Amino acid sequence: MNRQFFGFVAKRLGQGAIVLVGISIVTFLLLYVIPSDPASLIAGRAANPDTIARINAQLGLDKPVWLRYAIYMGHLLHGNLGTSYVERTQVARELLSRLPATLELVSGAIFWEVAIGVSLGVIGGVWRGRLADRLAMGFAYVTVAAPQFVTGLLLLYVFGFQLGWLPLGGYGGLSYLLLPSLTLGLLNAAWHTRVVRSEVVREQGEPYVEAALARGVSRRTVILRHVVPGAILPVPTLVGLDFGYLMGGAVIIDQVFGWPGVGQYMWQGIQNTDVPVIMGVTLFAAVFVVVANIIADIVSYFIDPRIRVN
Amino acid sequence: MTWDVAVRCAGRRRKLPTGPALGLAAISLIIAGALLAPLLTPHSPNLPLPDGMTPDGMPKPPSLAHWFGTDNLGRSMVARVLYGARATLLVGVVSNTIAVVVGTLVGGIGGMLEGRAEAAVMRFVDLMLAFPALILAIAIASIIGPSLWNAALIIALSNWTWIARVVYTKTLSIRERNFITAARLLGASRWYLFSRHLLMHLAPIMLVWETLGIATTVQMSAALSFLGVGVQPPTPSWGNIIHDNQNYFTVAPWTVLIPGVFILVLSLSFNIVGEYVHEKMEALESRERRPETAEDARERFGEIEHAG
Repeated sequence: MNRQFFGFVAKRLGQGAIVLVGISIVTFLLLYVIPSDPASLIAGRAANPDTIARINAQLGLDKPVWLRYAIYMGHLLHGNLGTSYVERTQVARELLSRLPATLELVSGAIFWEVAIGVSLGVIGGVWRGRLADRLAMGFAYVTVAAPQFVTGLLLLYVFGFQLGWLPLGGYGGLSYLLLPSLTLGLLNAAWHTRVVRSEVVREQGEPYVEAALARGVSRRTVILRHVVPGAILPVPTLVGLDFGYLMGGAVIIDQVFGWPGVGQYMWQGIQNTDVPVIMGVTLFAAVFVVVANIIADIVSYFIDPRIRVN
Repeated sequence: MTWDVAVRCAGRRRKLPTGPALGLAAISLIIAGALLAPLLTPHSPNLPLPDGMTPDGMPKPPSLAHWFGTDNLGRSMVARVLYGARATLLVGVVSNTIAVVVGTLVGGIGGMLEGRAEAAVMRFVDLMLAFPALILAIAIASIIGPSLWNAALIIALSNWTWIARVVYTKTLSIRERNFITAARLLGASRWYLFSRHLLMHLAPIMLVWETLGIATTVQMSAALSFLGVGVQPPTPSWGNIIHDNQNYFTVAPWTVLIPGVFILVLSLSFNIVGEYVHEKMEALESRERRPETAEDARERFGEIEHAG
């Protein structure tokens, strides 16, 4: 089994490495092929052609594309994501400084999505077709369709402004984290609800559940001890994937709540059309997705014995 | 369409469940509102009303004269929301259509190819899937410059990958079926198989995505506008109405909540209707697996026409 496991991990890592190279090429192409004129952005509108040419040479934009990719890749391998056109700071360093805030936000969001999603999913599956199920599914539908910025502003209006219980945005202790993480968590909670609900329904139809009930085990015990543990098997995988997607920055949440995370850095990049910042965040986001995918696969390998057979 | 099929379709239509019926009604109302905006409101979406502000220069709350109140510049919110529906729907529908067409072509071609070519196409799709859709859209929008058509293109660019994946899986199962083998044995070219057989069998799934996908693209278009990289003012869109007014949300919550509720309702409706169409298609397909009788075939074509 050990040997098989290492083979599996090696294969996934290899595939991941290829995808990462592909991502770097796509990002590079977006960065340089899309018409944008960084030199005139840096020099300002009144710059003369000489200045523009000098800045282009300084940025290496006068070299052929393949050479520019090689240089870009070389920088990437050294953890260098380039320098912001506007602020002249290292993109990688700025990203790192925003990582703790984003990590905090994402952990909070994952807490909410699991807490809300799993409980609603179990409720919906156990009382399938009843009022509780309809309410749970209705809630899932609405939260999926609600734009994050509307949910966020609504929560801010009710809890921050009308009731005054929580701060109107900013970064600090737990009270600051509550609303932004809830807003972000609600978005994916519906996904967990649907998966867990259908798993509960499927699991309840298994012969062993019927057997346990026939032996006189109470329905409550059967559900809590057998059905639910089986039904939440996919949750860790989902959490891993969500983690990857969310770490890439919640631009909207950061903007609505003034949260100083990766998304806010992206937002600043957008405001200034600061291409290295925008592309740095995009690359960072994609890398997180790939890494989270690999980790999710490895975790589900441990949790779910069926994968080992294949 | 023969007469008995038409009658049966009409009979079926009455059995549309409440959810999809409500969704369809909401979508129709919003489309009608967007088209008939000049008839429904005498006000322009871009001109401030003479009595549009309170004496302290604040937006006015909803009243009998102005049902949705006024916005930060004293413009009628009814007019903004009605005209805003145009840009929102346009971006949502156009981008989704592009995404469905591109996704179907790439996924279908990937599925009809074999070996390395197949792998190359699908690895590229996987690669594009690694970019979170919204981040990718924002990145491209901010670089190529925001506009309505750019927004539509960009949203399509970040959404076709999912559709390509689904279509690819579907194609793999279709290409193993007997009629494809038969056509191939009769000497049909790959292009013939693709255009005459595969696309016909992918039509139902395209229809599903054409409805379901709009739920996502409408939200993305609103998100881009909210961040200021979507539809540009003065053209109103539901997202940029919220963008313009977000600093007033504590004193004038209606300026944010009303367009927000419209986005929610539109997205929710497309989701519900899309899932209903999806369920119907799945039911059709499981019926397709047993040998088909003439009666089945008539029913099947009848139902596809009904769903369209």
